[in-house]
Amino acid sequence: MANGNGGNRRRIGGVILNVEDVSLSFGGVQALEQVTFSVREGEIRAIIGPNGAGKSSMLNCINGFYHPQGGTITYKGNKRKQMRPHEAAAQGIARTFQNIALFKGMTTLDNIMTGRNLKMRRNFLWQALYIGPARREEMEHRAFVEQIIDFLEIQAIRKQPVGKLPYGLQKRVELGRALAAEPDLLLLDEPMAGMNTEEKEDMCRFVLDVNDEFGTTIVLIEHDMGVVMDISDRVVVLDYGKLLADGTPDDVRGNKQVIDAYLGAVHD
Amino acid sequence: MLYRESGQFKTSYEADQAILPIPQDRWFLMAVLLIAYLVIPAVSSEYMLQAVLIPFLVFAMAAIGLNLLLGYAGQLSLGTGGFMAVGAYMTYKMTTAWPDMDIIVVFLLSGLCAAGVGIIFGIPSLRIKGFYLAVATLAAQFFLSWMFNKVEWFYNYNPSGTITAPPRTVFGHVVTGPEATAETRYMVALILVTVFALIAKNLVRGRVGRSWMAIRDMDIAAEIIGFKPYQTKLLAFAISSFYCGIAGAMTLFLWLGSVETEAFAINISFQVLFMVIIGGLGSILGSFLGAAFITLVPVLLTNAPQLAGLQMATDLQKHLEVMIFGGLIIFFLIVEPHGFARLWQITKEKLRRWPFPY
Repeated sequence: MANGNGGNRRRIGGVILNVEDVSLSFGGVQALEQVTFSVREGEIRAIIGPNGAGKSSMLNCINGFYHPQGGTITYKGNKRKQMRPHEAAAQGIARTFQNIALFKGMTTLDNIMTGRNLKMRRNFLWQALYIGPARREEMEHRAFVEQIIDFLEIQAIRKQPVGKLPYGLQKRVELGRALAAEPDLLLLDEPMAGMNTEEKEDMCRFVLDVNDEFGTTIVLIEHDMGVVMDISDRVVVLDYGKLLADGTPDDVRGNKQVIDAYLGAVHD
Repeated sequence: MLYRESGQFKTSYEADQAILPIPQDRWFLMAVLLIAYLVIPAVSSEYMLQAVLIPFLVFAMAAIGLNLLLGYAGQLSLGTGGFMAVGAYMTYKMTTAWPDMDIIVVFLLSGLCAAGVGIIFGIPSLRIKGFYLAVATLAAQFFLSWMFNKVEWFYNYNPSGTITAPPRTVFGHVVTGPEATAETRYMVALILVTVFALIAKNLVRGRVGRSWMAIRDMDIAAEIIGFKPYQTKLLAFAISSFYCGIAGAMTLFLWLGSVETEAFAINISFQVLFMVIIGGLGSILGSFLGAAFITLVPVLLTNAPQLAGLQMATDLQKHLEVMIFGGLIIFFLIVEPHGFARLWQITKEKLRRWPFPY
C-alpha cells in the first residue's frame, strides 16, 4: 500500500539528514552507540526498536535537545554544531512528543498558532497596538492555521482548551502545531501510541497526506509494526542503542537479528 | 437566554479574534466605561475617589503587570513593590531634574527604567523556576527598598527621606501635587489604566501572549516549537515591571502625593499577588476584579458598622475587619480556586442557558 500511495507524484530526493556514528551516553548508560543512517528528502523513515532502544534519544539529538558526545549530524548539507532546540526549529525541524506536550491552558487554535511563531515578524510594540501590519499578520496566519484545522478535521474543537480534549484529539492537535511551522523535516514520536484502530487509521492517513501533499520528510517512531511496514519507505531498527538493521520494510521484516531482538533469541 | 450567542455568525477572522466577539459583552463594557468616565467623577465624593477609586486604579495597574508575568508567562515574582518603587522614585527624580518635561512622558520613561530593573532581576528566571524564583525576586524587593532608603540621591538629599509630588500640569490642568483635585487625578489614572489594559489585552492575544503561555504551560515544547526561552521570559519581566513602575508612579503622583519606601514594602508585593490569585491568573479582567476585591472590601468592612448603626471600639473593628477579610479570601479560593474571572465565565455560561437547568 505504502509505496503505491500517491505513486508517481511522490519524489524522493537526495539526503536531507545524515546521522553518522552518533554516540550519546548519560553517565554510565550508553543510550546510542555509533548509530549511522540517513534520511532522504520526501521519504517516510521509521525508527523502530524495543523499549529503551534509544529511539527517542535519537530524535532528541536530531532536534538539538540532546547533544551527542560523538559523531556528526549533517542537516541540509551543513554539519551541525551544538545547537538549541529553537535553532533547530528555525532550520525547519518540527516534532511531536511521545507523551503529548501541548500547551494545556491554551485553545486548540492558539496551540496551532504557536507553530506559526517563527513566521511572524512584527515585534511586541506593533502587537501592543494591534493595528495595521500586526493585525494583518495575525489574520494571515490565522487563515493558514484554519487550513490545517480543516486538514486535520478538528474544526469543532477550535476554541476548546486542549487540556480537556480526549487523547486522540490531543495527538492530532499536536500534529497540527508541528505542521503549522511548515517544517522540512517532521519528527513524530509514537504518533499512534494508545489509539484505537480507527484513530490509528486516521492518523496514518494524515501522515501519508502530509508527506504526499506538502512533500514533508517524516521520521517517525512507532511500535505498531503493521503501521510501520505499511506507511514507511525505509526502516531503521535500533536495539540497546545500536543500529541493528536498516532497509526497506521487507528487508527488515526478514532480518534474522531483528526477529531475535523482538521475539527473543536463544543464546548459547 | 439573557446572554445568547446563537445566531451570531462571524464572517471574518478579524471579527472572530476581536477582544469581545459578542455584542452583549461590548455593550456591557461600554456601559462600564461610561459610568467610569462620566458618572463617577460627577457624583463621587472626595473621600470616595481618594480612598477607594484611585487606589483601585493604581492596584489594577500593578495587578495587570503581575498577571502578565505570573498568570501568562508563569514566572512567580515577589518583587512587585520594588518595581513600583523604581517607578515612583525615577518619576520623582526625572520630574525634579527636568520640570518642563510633560509628566505623562516622565511616567512612561520611569516605566522604562522599571522595565530595565525588571530585566536585571528577571535573569535568574532563566535558570530557576517556581518558588525558588520567588525567593530570587524577593531579593529585588529588599534590595530596591534598601537602595531607595540608603542612597540619598534618590530623594534629592531631603532630610526627611520622603519624596513629594511637585505640581505638574497636563494640557493646562494641574494633575499632581496638593492643588490637583481628586477628580483630575482620578481621570488621569483612569485614562492610563484604560490605555494600558487595552495594550495588555492586545499583547496577550497575539504572538507575544502565546509565547508567554507556551513557556508557562510547557517550556520544553515551547522551545522546540521555536520560542527563545530567554527572550520570552525577559520580555515578560520587562513588560510586567513597566506596568508596576507606572503603578508606582501613580501611587506617588496621583494617589498619595508623598511617600517613603514603606509605601512599597513587601506587603504591597503580597497584596498584588493576592489580587492576581483571587482575580484569576491569566486574565486581564481578573486583575481588575482582584484589585477591586482587595481594595474595596476593607473599605466596605470599615464603614459597615457605622452604616448598620453599630458602635464599636476602633481596635475591635480593625481586628474584625482583618478576620472577615481573611475568611472571605479563603471562602472564595475554596469556592473557585481559579478566581473571579473563572466565576464570571461560569456565570456567563449559566446565563446562556437560563432559565433552563441543563
